[in-house]
Amino acid sequence: MSDTPVEDKKAKYQRVAYYPGCALEGTGHAYNRSTKAVGKALGLELDEVKNWNCCGAMEVKNIDPKIQTYLSSRVMSIAANEMHADVVMAPCNGCYHNLKKAEHDLAHDAGSREVVDRISQKAGHATYQAGQLETIHALDWIKQGVGEEELKKRVKNSLKGLKVANYYGCMYTRPRHIFPEKDRGPGSESTSQPHFMDDLLEAAGAENVDFALKTACCGGAHTLSDSDTSTKLVLNILRAAEAAGADVIATECPTCHSGLEMHQVRAETVLGQKTTVKMMYFTQLLGVALGLAPRKVGLHENVSDGIELLKSKGLE
Amino acid sequence: MRSLAAIEVDIDRFAPRADARAGARVLLELSEEVLEHWAAARGEAPTSEQKEGFRLLALHRQGARGVPSFNACRETCREIAYHYNLLTTDVDPSAAARTQRMMGMLAKHLLLFVSGKMQVEGLGEFCCASRPLRVE
Repeated sequence: MSDTPVEDKKAKYQRVAYYPGCALEGTGHAYNRSTKAVGKALGLELDEVKNWNCCGAMEVKNIDPKIQTYLSSRVMSIAANEMHADVVMAPCNGCYHNLKKAEHDLAHDAGSREVVDRISQKAGHATYQAGQLETIHALDWIKQGVGEEELKKRVKNSLKGLKVANYYGCMYTRPRHIFPEKDRGPGSESTSQPHFMDDLLEAAGAENVDFALKTACCGGAHTLSDSDTSTKLVLNILRAAEAAGADVIATECPTCHSGLEMHQVRAETVLGQKTTVKMMYFTQLLGVALGLAPRKVGLHENVSDGIELLKSKGLE
Repeated sequence: MRSLAAIEVDIDRFAPRADARAGARVLLELSEEVLEHWAAARGEAPTSEQKEGFRLLALHRQGARGVPSFNACRETCREIAYHYNLLTTDVDPSAAARTQRMMGMLAKHLLLFVSGKMQVEGLGEFCCASRPLRVE
């Protein structure tokens, strides 16, 4: 699957099964809205996975990792066996990570296969078999399903003058062994220096800044157990982005995005540390570049209000 | 071994040096001190070996052994090493102060990540590549 030629990937990613996950129906609603809007504007199609369930997020594996594998496998089973999809796209880093991890575990661990098969039979659906489906992120979908050249042709509202720090968070690339398609040379994504978001936003006219903390932990999973650590981690990321000259931090994960937004507020109210950099999903920025109205991509739903910034850059 | 709080004070007080190489050395050593704490907390002697020319990367490798979630600071360590190289091998005078400030933020991030994991019991178990609590 990872060796599929570029042109074949374009065809393959034209219509994919869509697994939004829980966050995109809640705090990440703007990401859901903008992903759908951008896909439509680019001629890509999404079929939402029917009756999907939570992937288990970061919590279930701490109770029992094989149950977490089952939860992801059920989503993949529906996409592969009921919808007959070849590709499932998950825009949330947590969902994407968990589906990739389930794929890896089912391919390499007999114990996981046994548990998943047993629960699937009990639940009355076909057992997902490793290799039935390719799991991709929204970044793969647009980068490889459309590409920079085609994107450039469709830009109506160049992001020129907008300085962007691209923040990928830690789950998009870790652990490396569950992403065998990455680090495969030109054209593939890098786990140490991811660049797909940089490539897409550059094609949309943005000026990407050199951002040293692009894969650093945002403390998202600590946010309830130790909010102060999360706030300090986020504050450091925000300051680093500002020091790099960024107007905006582009995000591709609803947990990172809401963490950056909420802890930006908390840093100011609890620590008295104000930062002004704005957070926007990369799909929101692409949507603006494609000429979609700010409301169409959910900019009004962001806690970090970037609409004035976009107006000041002539991007409205 | 100095406390993490004392190291944090030094990182926060760090101001870019006219001699960028000296500034880079200070920040690299502070980052190594942070990882020494992690090794010591696990009952190990912090390694004095180097990986790819950096003790920092060897310390990270030592710290991640058996704790996959510790890899969440792997790229932070590698970025610190990269910034050290920027400041010591091909110094662009116009960017030296900014690069030192960025290296300081990376050191701060490493400290927050490591001290957070150490101060809150079980915190690391909730990270991305955690070890399951119940099964092992």
